[in-house]
Amino acid sequence: MRAAERIPVGKRLPSSPFWDVVAALLVLGLLVFFAEASRGVVLPLSELQAHPVSLDPMNLPLYAARTALRMLAAMGLSLVFTFTYATWAAKSRRAEVVLIPLLDILQSVPILGFISITVVFFMSLAPDRVLGAEFAAIFAVFTSQAWNMAFSFYQSLRTVPEELNEAARSFRLGAWMTFWRLEACFAMPALIWNMMMSMSGGWFFVVASEAISVGDITITLPGIGSYIAVAIAQRDLGAVGLAIGAMLMVILIYDQLLFRPLVAWADRFRFEHEVGAASPRSWVLAMLRRSRLVAWAVAPFASAWRWSFRVLARPHRAEARTTFDVRTARWIDWAWGAAVIAGALFAFGKAARFVMTEVALAEVGRATMLGLATLTRVVVLIAIASVIWVPIGIWIGLRPKLARVGQPIAQFMAAFPANVLFPIAVSAIVAFQLNPDIWLSPLMVLGTQWYILFNVIAGASTIPGELRDLSRNLGVEGWLWWRKVALPAVFPFYVTGAITASGGSWNASIVAEVASWGGDKLQARGLGAYIAEATAAGDYQRIVLGIMVMSAFVILLNRAFWHPLYRIAENRFRLG
Amino acid sequence: MHTAPLLEVHGCCKTFPKTDGGELLVLDSIDLALREGEIVGLLGRSGSGKSTLLRLIAGLTRPASGSITYLGKPVQQPPPGIALVFQSFALFPWLTVLENVELGLEALGLPRAEIRRRSLAAIDLIGLDGFESAYPRELSGGMRQRVGFARAVVVHPNVLLMDEPFSALDVLTAETLRTDFLDLWSEGKLPIKAVILVTHNIEEAVLMCDRVLVFGTNPGRVLGEIKIDLPHPRDRLDPTFRELVERIYVELTAKPTPERVAARADRFPGTGISTILTRVSSNLLSGLLEAVAGPPYDGEADLPVIAQALHMEVDDLFPVAETLQMLRFAEVAGGDIKLTLEGRAFADAGLDERKRLFAHHVRTYVPLAGHIRRVLDERPTHGAPWTRFSDELEDHMSPQAAEQTLRAVISWGRYAEIFAYDDHRRMFSLENP
Repeated sequence: MRAAERIPVGKRLPSSPFWDVVAALLVLGLLVFFAEASRGVVLPLSELQAHPVSLDPMNLPLYAARTALRMLAAMGLSLVFTFTYATWAAKSRRAEVVLIPLLDILQSVPILGFISITVVFFMSLAPDRVLGAEFAAIFAVFTSQAWNMAFSFYQSLRTVPEELNEAARSFRLGAWMTFWRLEACFAMPALIWNMMMSMSGGWFFVVASEAISVGDITITLPGIGSYIAVAIAQRDLGAVGLAIGAMLMVILIYDQLLFRPLVAWADRFRFEHEVGAASPRSWVLAMLRRSRLVAWAVAPFASAWRWSFRVLARPHRAEARTTFDVRTARWIDWAWGAAVIAGALFAFGKAARFVMTEVALAEVGRATMLGLATLTRVVVLIAIASVIWVPIGIWIGLRPKLARVGQPIAQFMAAFPANVLFPIAVSAIVAFQLNPDIWLSPLMVLGTQWYILFNVIAGASTIPGELRDLSRNLGVEGWLWWRKVALPAVFPFYVTGAITASGGSWNASIVAEVASWGGDKLQARGLGAYIAEATAAGDYQRIVLGIMVMSAFVILLNRAFWHPLYRIAENRFRLG
Repeated sequence: MHTAPLLEVHGCCKTFPKTDGGELLVLDSIDLALREGEIVGLLGRSGSGKSTLLRLIAGLTRPASGSITYLGKPVQQPPPGIALVFQSFALFPWLTVLENVELGLEALGLPRAEIRRRSLAAIDLIGLDGFESAYPRELSGGMRQRVGFARAVVVHPNVLLMDEPFSALDVLTAETLRTDFLDLWSEGKLPIKAVILVTHNIEEAVLMCDRVLVFGTNPGRVLGEIKIDLPHPRDRLDPTFRELVERIYVELTAKPTPERVAARADRFPGTGISTILTRVSSNLLSGLLEAVAGPPYDGEADLPVIAQALHMEVDDLFPVAETLQMLRFAEVAGGDIKLTLEGRAFADAGLDERKRLFAHHVRTYVPLAGHIRRVLDERPTHGAPWTRFSDELEDHMSPQAAEQTLRAVISWGRYAEIFAYDDHRRMFSLENP
């Protein structure tokens, strides 16, 4: 028998003092960053008025840090939500009936619309403290991140391969151990991909939620978003440019320090490995793995983890189903279903009554008409973006070298908050005196069109070489080639991208249909402008009405158009 | 010497719920007693419920009726002392070989040093030395299944359950793993008291087991038990070995299909469409007909012989033979297959004549095909949706079986050109472009 100590476990790379130093510096830097950025959080609210956001470039790094920290806090919150909500939905059949449709609806609700409502709530939790306003901003970002993460986690939990589940049960892993050793591991790659997508979307909302005014409450939290708001009020294009630069830096740092290591780390959780695909690499992860200091610091946590498996070990029960159980269970199902429907009707009635106290029925008609205007904008713009980006995406995707460069750029563009760029466009519209009904519209897809591009690139690069060789061999060229080969092959990917782009555009309409540059205020007719206006006036009935109408539009568009299209794409055009 | 059995299965039945609220019987009153020191084989075709029985014994599901006791106690959840080896290995891809092996011991809550010591011992024993830090994806199928064995053996189970452990491996690797396992078993090096092996490979069963339970389908039940008293190591070419293989073939073909079909048709008079069909490609049907018609068989062949010649296992060969029998192209009984006159004619015919012959037999002997054609002929539009027939079938079988049956009849209908089917619109029609 050999000594246990000599056996190499895991894949520890040779450690070196150099990496220890780098790791130590990095950790120290992060600590200072956290301390600096969170110091302002517990101050009283009056402090914000005393030190308003200034356009001094020296303040920008700190503002950027505050914005980044808000994102991190929201991400942490989203993870906690994901692990609890999605797990509950996946484990309990009865909870599932309620939680999953609810998630589906929450996904379609325009988040920017209800910032105004949550601000009031959180301010009342921590009155006269910056903390309340911070919570409101973080919550807004959370609502933009959590739903799709939870959805992905739920779907992963439901698709854990049956034989792995059986292995876990037959080796008597407890529920706690099964969750961390099997289920969470299996879900990890999809979860991290969705975290990245959420983060991309989140930048938009963190920028939008830092400077809010609801009726007579005006909150300007220090951050890049407020910096831009001040720059707009003062018509300072130079400051806008600086803010754009700061935003670029923040996103790049996030990518390098957080997501690249995460993706590289999660590579080992991938269930299927395509042959020949290069594993993602990250210098940060390499450093963490090589540093002895990190290994030494992590060891106690690892053994605590193992200890928790041992303590909480309690094997599952085999599912016991007798005919009696089935019949009773069916009755409980019925009762439960009835209760859920009654609850939903009650909530809807409550909301409708709240709206109707102040608002006439004609107002519902008006909101619906405005919704149609916004719908037209979304449809036309997605169509235009598709006509432009689909051919370009296919062209890039078929050239592997180009795709390797183009794909990350498109993803980066999707992450970049388009509202940071609005002032430039708006100042141009003011300068040339263009029609806001038309020219404000492109702002809605400014940030979301990239989802179409990078999905199409991904789709085009999966067209098998054999299929391309064959079409060349048969002389399939020109329009015939696009119609029979390229477009069908990227169709499922395009639909995925277009769904995301369309959803994002609805949300963006709330900030894109109303824009200002200094004293000039531009407004397009649409539901987004309606909600924005009601928010500025603190008119809660109209805010709720606007949100309800917009949610209805989004759900209808998804159900009547995108979902059927997605099913067709799945059944007809999926390669392999 | 008579000792108390390690494990006893008594009158076990298992049902699955059907969509219409009824229950589908998949296992019918199974009895089994497992004693120390024996390897028992469960042999049968897919759908005979042998894997379901294994999961019942493992405590992964509960029987509808009957009892399972392990060491005198009823099995209600996965009991300690029963370990599983999976067909698809079921390794955790994010854990190294060593971590995979340690998993079961960690769940037992043993001390760290003990876990490490026992895992390394198991890895040594199974021949995985040097692969401790490898991830499963870096390993070949054979090495992965060795990890599966090590992971099961390390918990020192009394009973090892193996679910077709060699069927996902190539022939050579499977044979190496089988002999390695048998060597360790006969030398008493494995910390195991008894083994249950699920397989559909008849030779594997005769090579490894002390006795074999032969399973029949619809519902899954034990057709018979065959004792194998040969000493280890066994020789596949030994006449006694061949005789046992032949006996199992006879046992598996003992109850000819037409009787069962007839029995079922009686239960649903007037339709006759309720037979569950297996999807067998027309290429396979023609292939087997040609093989049996040609030399040296000349129209009549021994099933084990032709299985070996064509490199097919029971699961591959039986559905083809039974479909030929249903179509009256061949007769299968007593472990033999014999072509009918039409079967010979088919084998000798050209493509068009084959299609004509096939169309005639499908319409005459597959009631569902005739039924679909009649419905299409009667309707003015000459079209009918998928659900028109799937609903009808689901009155008699599970939705999966209905899907499989319709898919089978569609494939034959297309080859015979008796109707067409558009999968996008899910419509049957008479159009033939």
